[in-house]
Amino acid sequence: MGLLGLLIHAFYGTEFAHLTLAEIKAMPLNVLGLLRDMFPPSHQSLFKIGVAVVETFQMSLVGTLFGVLISLPLGFLAARSMTPHCFWYVLTRLVVSLCRTVPDMVWAIFFVIVVGLGPLAGMLTLLVDTVGFAGRFFAEAFEEADCRPQEALQAIGATRGGTFFSVILPAAFPSCINTAMYSMERAVQSSVVLGLVGAGGIGMLLQEPMTWHNYSEATTVVLAIFVMLVGVEQLSVNIRRHIIA
Amino acid sequence: MNAWGIFSLNQPACETPVPSSASVRSALTEVDIQIQGLCKTFDGRRTVLKDIHLSIPHGQAVALIGHNGSGKSTLLRCCLHLVKPSSGSVRLLGRDFTTLSTAQLRLMRAKVGVVFQHHNLVPRLSVLTNVLHGVQGRKKGPRTWLQGFAPQRDRQEAMAKLERVGLAHLAGQRVDQLSGGESQRVAIARALMQRPSMMMADEPVASLDPNAGEEVMQLFVDLIRDEGLTLLFVSHNLEHALRYADRIVGLRDGCLEMDTPSAAEDTLSLRRLYA
Repeated sequence: MGLLGLLIHAFYGTEFAHLTLAEIKAMPLNVLGLLRDMFPPSHQSLFKIGVAVVETFQMSLVGTLFGVLISLPLGFLAARSMTPHCFWYVLTRLVVSLCRTVPDMVWAIFFVIVVGLGPLAGMLTLLVDTVGFAGRFFAEAFEEADCRPQEALQAIGATRGGTFFSVILPAAFPSCINTAMYSMERAVQSSVVLGLVGAGGIGMLLQEPMTWHNYSEATTVVLAIFVMLVGVEQLSVNIRRHIIA
Repeated sequence: MNAWGIFSLNQPACETPVPSSASVRSALTEVDIQIQGLCKTFDGRRTVLKDIHLSIPHGQAVALIGHNGSGKSTLLRCCLHLVKPSSGSVRLLGRDFTTLSTAQLRLMRAKVGVVFQHHNLVPRLSVLTNVLHGVQGRKKGPRTWLQGFAPQRDRQEAMAKLERVGLAHLAGQRVDQLSGGESQRVAIARALMQRPSMMMADEPVASLDPNAGEEVMQLFVDLIRDEGLTLLFVSHNLEHALRYADRIVGLRDGCLEMDTPSAAEDTLSLRRLYA
C-alpha cells in the first residue's frame, strides 16, 4: 500500500495527472511542427560547428589523458591489495568518490568560476570526471589481478612497485585500456552538456539556436554531435582491438 | 622426530646485516634450512602446522609428502615468510626469517628460487620478460620490468637460462601461448635467474601430464644438481620422491610423521603415510 501511495504521489508530481485530452491530441501536431522546423538542417554555420567539434574533441582528449594518468597512481593507492597503508586507501577512495559523485555540471560551474568561460574549464571538468570514473575501475582491476604471479614475485623478493609494474599492470592492462577508451567516449558525451554552462565545446553552439527557436541550426549541431560520438566510438573500438589483441 | 639426527649439524648463525650471495655461501653453516617449533594456525582456530622441527643440510634434496591438507604447501610458504608462522623459527641460509626487516627479507628471498605448481608466470608478457623478472630480488627499478628496458647483460643471462631449459627459441613468445610443460620450464629459468643459493618447489609437475611431468622434473633436478643447490620440494608423486630426493619427509595433519632417507623406502612403505 505504501508503495502504491508513493507511485501515485510520483505521478502527481510529474503533472501527468493534469494532462487534458486536448493537450494529448495536440502532441502529434507539435512533434510534426518541430520536425518541419528542424528539417532541412541549416548549413550556414558549418565552419563554426566544425571548429566547435574540433574544440570538443581536444577538450575530451586532453581531459581524458590527464584524468587517466592521474587515475593510475590513485588506483594503485586505492587498491586494497597494493596500498602501502590504509590511510592512503581511505584518502584516495574519498577523493575518487568525491570526483565521481559531484555532478559534471557542478564541477563545470566551479571551474568556469575559477578559470573563466571556455574550453579550459571544460577540460578540467572532464579531467575530474575521468578521475572519478577511471580511478575506481583501475583500483578494481588491480585488485582483481591474478594473485599467483604476485606471490611468485613476492617470493623472488620483488618490491611492491616491481610487482605492480611487472605483474599487476600487465594483467590489468586490457581492463585499463577499456576503461580509458570508455572514459574518452563519456568525455565527448559530457562535453556537449558542459557547453550549456559556458565550459567550452559544441554544447555552447546548441544553446543559442535553442533559445531563439532556430531549430534547423540546432539540428545541424545535433547531427554534428551524433557524427562525432559515432566517430569516437569507432576509434575507441579500433584502438581497443589493436592494443588488447 | 628427526630420524637423521641432523640437528647435530646446526650451528648458530651470525646476525649481521644481510650478506651477499657469495658471503652467505662462505660464512654459512652447513645447514641451509632449519625449522624449529614451527606452528601455524589460521584465524586462531584451524591449526595447519604443529611443532615442526626440521633441518636440511646444504646440497640435500628433500621431498615433502603427505595427503591433501597436511600442511606441505603452508610449510613451504612459512619458510619464505609468504605466510607468517604463528610461532617457532625458520632459518634459511643461516638467517632467521621471522626476525628480518622487510628489506632484509626481500634480499634473503632473492636467494631462494621457488617453482610453483601453476608456474605463476605473467601470461600477457613474453617468455624472456618473465625470466628477467627473476632479477627483481637483487635489482630494482624499471629496467627489471620489461625485456625492452633490461640491460644487455641481464638479457644475455636470461637467454642463457632459457637455453639451459631448452626454450631459447621461444624467448619472444607470449607465455599464454605455451604448453604447461613449457611454462613450467620458463618458471624454472626464472628461478635460476635469481642465482639462488637453494631451491623450493611446490608440486612442480602436478599440473602436467605424466610424460611432460617426468621430463620437467628430470630437467629441474639435473639443473639443481649441476648447481649443487639444496632442494626442498612438495610432491604427491611417490616415485618422484624416491627417485629425485635424498631424503623424504612426511606430514600428517600438520605433524612431522616421517623423516627417512629415500634409499631406505619404497612406494609401498611410503603409502602408509596416506593410510
